[in-house]
Formats: sequence, structure tokens, C-alpha cells
Amino acid sequence: MEARYLLKDLKTKPSAAATQNACKLCSPLGAALVFKGIANAVPLLHGSQGCSTYIRRYLISHFKEPIDIACSNFGEQTAIFGGGANIKLALDNIIAQYAPGMIGVATTCLAETIGDDVPMFIREYLKANPKKNLPPIVHVSTPSFQGTHMQGFHNAVLATVSGLVTKSLSEKKQPSKTINLFPGMVSPADLRHLKAIIAAFGMKVMMLPDYSRTLDGELWCEYQRIPSGGTPAAAIEAAGSALASIELGRVLAKMPETAATHLEDHFGVIGHRLGLPMGIRQTDRFMQTLAAIADTAIPARFVEERGRLLDALVDGHKYVNNLRAVVYGEADLVAGMVDFLSEIGILPVICATGENGGHLAPIVKQILDPKYHDRVNIIEGVDFVDIEDAVQEVRPHLMIGHSKGYSLARKLDIPLVRIGFPVHDRVGGSRLLHLGYQGAQNLFDCIANTLLERRQAASKIGYTYM
Amino acid sequence: MSAIPILKERQKQIYQKGRTPFEMTCEKHSLAGSVSQRACVFCGSRVVLYPISDALHLIHGPIGCAAYTWDIRGALSSGPQLHRLSFSTDLQEKEVIFGGEPKLYQALIELIDTYRPKAAFVYSTCIVGIIGDDVEAVCKKVSRERKIPVLAVHSEGFKGTKKDGYKAACDALFQLVGTGSVQDIAPAGINILGEFNIGGEAWIIKKYYERMGVQVVSVMTGDGRVDEIRKLHGAALNVVQCSGAMTFLAEMLKEKYGIPYIRVSYFGIDDMAKALYDVADHFEDDPGIKERARKLVRDEVNAIYPKLKEIRKDLSGKRAAIYVGGAFKAFSLIKALRYLGMKVILAGSQTGNKIDYEILRDMCDEGTVILDDANPLELSKYIIEKRADLFIGGVKERPMAYKLGIGFCDHNHERKIPLAGFEGMLNFAREVHTSVTSPVWQFVPFRQR
Repeated sequence: MEARYLLKDLKTKPSAAATQNACKLCSPLGAALVFKGIANAVPLLHGSQGCSTYIRRYLISHFKEPIDIACSNFGEQTAIFGGGANIKLALDNIIAQYAPGMIGVATTCLAETIGDDVPMFIREYLKANPKKNLPPIVHVSTPSFQGTHMQGFHNAVLATVSGLVTKSLSEKKQPSKTINLFPGMVSPADLRHLKAIIAAFGMKVMMLPDYSRTLDGELWCEYQRIPSGGTPAAAIEAAGSALASIELGRVLAKMPETAATHLEDHFGVIGHRLGLPMGIRQTDRFMQTLAAIADTAIPARFVEERGRLLDALVDGHKYVNNLRAVVYGEADLVAGMVDFLSEIGILPVICATGENGGHLAPIVKQILDPKYHDRVNIIEGVDFVDIEDAVQEVRPHLMIGHSKGYSLARKLDIPLVRIGFPVHDRVGGSRLLHLGYQGAQNLFDCIANTLLERRQAASKIGYTYM
Repeated sequence: MSAIPILKERQKQIYQKGRTPFEMTCEKHSLAGSVSQRACVFCGSRVVLYPISDALHLIHGPIGCAAYTWDIRGALSSGPQLHRLSFSTDLQEKEVIFGGEPKLYQALIELIDTYRPKAAFVYSTCIVGIIGDDVEAVCKKVSRERKIPVLAVHSEGFKGTKKDGYKAACDALFQLVGTGSVQDIAPAGINILGEFNIGGEAWIIKKYYERMGVQVVSVMTGDGRVDEIRKLHGAALNVVQCSGAMTFLAEMLKEKYGIPYIRVSYFGIDDMAKALYDVADHFEDDPGIKERARKLVRDEVNAIYPKLKEIRKDLSGKRAAIYVGGAFKAFSLIKALRYLGMKVILAGSQTGNKIDYEILRDMCDEGTVILDDANPLELSKYIIEKRADLFIGGVKERPMAYKLGIGFCDHNHERKIPLAGFEGMLNFAREVHTSVTSPVWQFVPFRQR
């Protein structure tokens, strides 16, 4: 039986009160992702079973890896009398079954609404088990009625740093050059690339989080309770003694308190707040910052990579210049993409995010030449129906963002270049490289080839040359 | 071999056939801190009502519940596509403090005016009751003003298990039953309950019954419409698949309208044929129905049999593990796998009851592991121990199977191909074959030991 009419025939309209086809996720997801990037850590969501199951399912569909997220499993009694007993039982069971090196507790809307005092529950738990060799327990407050998954993500990074970094370790001088890197929510391929870059500068790195292996690992011979990889807790504890911190994200740089500012304020570690190294200028800045910290020249391989990238951009410039794109997703990723697009002549006529911080507009305007400002529509706190409404006026050549924009791209019949998270409808979401010169190279190839394929398919002749 | 300790509290939810006396605990709330594969009350309601494609589905709460269930199922509609959009009141701190009723009211009015649905379902999520919203009152008000049914679904996540969510959904559905005309319904009319039209399965099943001369009054809720719910009471028999979800509705229909129901499964040749014959038996006054059913089964089986035989050659002796939502589906899968020459070494469900597990035990071979509400640690322990070649489960089990290097067949609501009916059996066999016979398994570390 054929459908009489299709999703693309459905006429939508923005709503002031409702969110339709959200362009954001809830904050516990971001926190769970951070905890998955810490060695031997188990995330525990304090709330109903569904929260952990839905979030696992959503993450699994992207990373295609087993992702255990425990839950304190609220029942009706819990909601009435509070979740203290449940969280303690959950901690007992996680310790018995996983023997974790750390437990990251993130709250849910339910726990926050009934007013559970989770830090107190954890203190009581530690007090009641003085003899046991308990793993560190980090708590982050992530009510889903505040902010998005990005807030959950950054708050979990901050909570981990403020919870684990100790004075005694931080006062010791480290024998090797180590820096702290807070990369933001990027892909496992990005994380691996960042680590390789820093290693090439002759430095060690405490990167938080680091799910490059925990969420993109090899096959197993037997089930691993907790996948190998992740930032070692010991490295986090010593973060106060690092040479410097770098955090990535232009929007993150506007936040009053982050892991980097915390380390600067409490341990005197200088924090460099950069944009995501997307495109040439931002990657240059990242490299220069590393060179300054390491007190060395930029390694030759990056000079070569940069040269090769420029060569490729020149070779392909005509296929992309003067085109229009819709860019959507996390504000920091959108800003990073605008950085790169502005270098290859694609105008981001719509820059959209589900985040509501109000930081994206000034950032995008700062990146783009003022002559383009009135052609660019920067919309924050929006959903996909709002984006669809905005798109009507601009006739873009392509959309750039995660999988959830696909139904809109299909409806508008414009190609979608998939970046970021989630990529639920393609293989290889974990292997998408966005950062560094190599990341820019990859993005450029994807964008140019997508446009070329579209042009070739639309051609009556179908040349085998460009 | 991995020595994974099983939590003491969980040991009674695991049974290995032939070893210990059969004593299984089930229908328990999931243990805090174990990573259950279960979901919540909201999830149960959402999956049942999801396919009703001309209704508005508004999720009242913070954004997560709506974001994670947007376009999540392969439930097809032959008409409206409204069910494939995601609507949320996206509650913010302000509403948590001052109440979400005004936002809910405004959202309903705006969305109903835009999409003109035949009805609206409003799903309560965890915090709705706690912040004191009177969802019923808002629904009533909007219903009066916009002249469509606006139904509150009491699906607060923590108020029980997924099963309670099924019940909440059935309660909402039942409010509409009896409000439509049943004039044109033939004496041999049935409702198909618990069939969600994944990949078009309801269409396949419906065609079979119609070829037998049985009228399908309503399918709940696959390719569902509000008007179909209204005339559910016009059928002479309810045919219930996915028993966990829809037995509540069948019971209500039995009590109020005296409509009997039977349990069926459409997976595998045996159970599919039985589902047709059982309905024919119910309408024994018309022997033509049974006759046509026999012919249908004969024709359909003949059509797929040579292909299945071919597939069986490659699958014979391979070992399978099954972990699905409802136990009834597990029964069918065991039979279907045997038909393909495969052995079942593990069988489990999220929501089975004591009787289900007794049936499972009787069906299974010696040594088969039976599990209730299992977690990834337990599942992986047994699939390695038993050296499974195939795992059948949902999206949450897939990465675990793949990580160990075991084939996988998705038998959950997110799949996109129909596995029900005779043609579905062939799809199933092909799906299993495609996974199990891949040459990649030869490189898998655990198989090289």
C-alpha cells in the first residue's frame, strides 16, 4: 500500500508555546556523555528508568557501541519520599557489578523537581561506608528544564574538575609538560586528532572528556564492564599543576565559570579560551597557542597539512564560492562551521541552534564581514519548524548539521552534509573529523562532493569530468 | 572466560533449563543501579499510541522525552503523517515553579489550529503531577473549545513500568470507543489489536483476513485513525498480538461490550497460520472462511517454502539468542528459528510474567538460559558462554552483540522491514541469513580462540 501523501506535504507552522521537532536534547545526555569519557567511570542518572534507556538508545544509534548508563530507578514511593534510598542502593549495586574507578551522578528533571539533595545523599553514603575503598563520586545538577545537552555537558566537565582536582597533587611540579584540554562535544575522531596534535608538540595532555576509545573502540573478546580508554582520574586530579588549559568553543568562552576558569581561579593554571579549531584561522590560532605554551615551533607536519589544505581549497574553490547554506546544531559547532564557511565563500544564510543563550548572534557577526550581516539570519532557541519557516525566504544550496535535519532537507530537496551529533542515518558518525587542518580538508571534500554530485545527477549529460 | 558476577537480587530472574528447580521471579521493578534494558511508563504509552497518524501527540514536560521519541518507530501510515512529528511543551524552570498549565493550553490551541488533528493525546511526563498541573482540566477545556477529543495520558515515567504505560494508553483509547457508527460492519468482523504496522505489517495481516472473508474493523494502532478507535466496539472478535500492550484494551472491550478475544502471533509460519485458523474457528458458522484460510496458508507457504529451504541450508545448526520486550514474541521466534534449523541458546524478555516463563521453559531445549529483565552484563555473559551466532533484540542490544562479533537481527519497533506474515517470515530468514553468513565473523577475536 502506498502512502497517499507524504511527510513533505505536511504543512507546518511555528508555535510560540510548543517545541516541534526539537533542535536540542536534554541536559542529562550531555553529562552522561562526559562521564563516558572518563576512565573506568559509570554514569548514573538519578531519576526514572526511561531517562537512562532513552539516552542510551540515542547515543548508541550514533556511536554504535555498547553504552551502559545506570539509573536509580525512581518508583512512586521514591517520588514521594525522595530518592535518597534509591541512590544509595544504586551506588552499592554499581560498585558491586562494575567496580568502577569513578561514578558520575547526573540528576534528571524529576529528582530536581522533588528537590533531592544529591550532594547530601553522596556525603551520607561516603560516611556510612568509611572502610570500603570507594571510588570518587562526582555530582552534576542537570535538570532538563534548564538549558540543553550542551549545558549538561559543560557542567559535567566543570563538576568533574571541581570535584576531583586536588591541591596536594596540583602543587607538585609535573616532570613532563602537560596541558589540560577541554575540547567540548566533538567526535571520537576529533578527540584522537587533538591528542595527536598535542603529542606532536612534545606535550602530554589531560583531555576531558576523552571518549575517543570508550565510544569508538575495537571488538572485544569478552564483555568489558566498562570499555577501555577515557581520561584517567589520576590525570584529572593533577590538572591543577598543568602548564596551561585550553578550552574550545566560542560560546563556551562566554560562560562565566568553566573548567578552565576554575583551574585558573583556584590553581593559577592559565586558561586559553579559543574557538573550535575549524577552518584555517581557528586552527592557526590553536597551533600558535600550543606553540607558545610548548615554547617550540609549529611542527613541520602541520605546516605541510595546512599547505595541502590550501592547495585543495584553491583547486575546488569554484564549486563552493557564492553559495548559501543553512547551518544548525550546537551553537559552538555552528560558530565553528561559520568560521570555516567564511573562508571558502559559502554564506551561512541561516545559523540556527536550539540553545537559548543569546551568544551565537554576536559571535557570527564578529566572524562575518559586516557587508553580509543583513543577509544572515541567526536564530537561537529554535526548533526545526522555526528553521523551516526561516528557510522559505533564502533558497539555500545545502544544509549542514546532524541527522535530525534530514526530514527538512528532504522536504526542501536540498542536500544535507552531516556533521556533529547525532548521525543516526549513516555509518561513521564517530569517524567524522571536523577539527584541525585535516578536519577542514574532510569538511571541504564532503561539501564540495555533495554539491558536485547534486550537479552531476541533475545534468542531462552526466559528464565524467567536473 | 569472563567471570561476571550476577547481582544476588537478580539471580532469581535467571534460569538455566535442566539445572535447578524452576522458580523464577518476574514483574519486578528494575533494581536501582543495574543497567536495565527496560524503559518507563511514558515509553509504554508512547509506543502504543504512536502510530495513530491523524492525532496530535503532545508530550507535556521538559524536552528530553519528546526529542528521544521523534520519528522513532517504523510504523507506517497510508495517509496522515502527523505522528512522525515531535511535539513538546518543553517546560522551563519558570513553568516548573509557576505551573505548566497555561503553556500546555496555548500549545494545544496553536498546534490544533495548525494541524487540524482528529484528536489530541497529551502525555504527562515525570514532573507534571509533581508541579501540580491539572492536565485533565486543560484537556477538557481545549476539547470544548476546539470540538475534538483531547485525551490525557497518565504516563508519568516513574509510576510503574512500561506495562503501566500500556495500560494508560489503553485507558485513553477506551474513552473514544463507542463514539462511532458500526452500521456497515459485517457479522464476521474483527479488530486487530497490538499490531503497529512496522514496515507495513498490518497491511499484510489485514489482507490475509480479508482474503478469508473476514472484515477488519480496526487495527490498533498500526496505520491507525481516530475514527477507527471510535468503532472498535463493532467487531465480533478481538485478535490480540503483543499481548503485554493490548490485553488491557481487549479486557475492557470484553467487559463492556462482551467481545471475546484471542491471543495470536504473526511471526513465523506456524503461528501465522494458527492466527488465521483461530479466527476462522471463531466464525465456524461460515465454513467458507476456514476453507479459504486453508487455501491461503497453502498458497503462501508454497510461495516461500523453496526459498526458505535454500536459506536453511546455510543456517542449520547455528545458535541464536533472543531477548525481546514481550515473552509472546519470544515463543514465535523460537519456532521460527527452529524452522530455519537454528538452536535457541538463550531466551528472555523485559516484561514476561510467570506463565510466560513456564511456557518458555517447556519450549526450550536443555541448557537454554531464560532471563527476565536482563542487563547487558548478563546477556553478554551467556551469549559468549553459549557461543551464539545470532542475537535477536532491539536497538539497545545491537551494539553489545556487534562488539563481541555476533550477528544481529532487529526485532523491535525501530526496524523498517516487515517480519510478520508469510512474506515477513521470508524477510526474517533473509535478514538472519544476511547477518549470520557474513564473512566478517571469521576475523572476530573470540571465535579464533
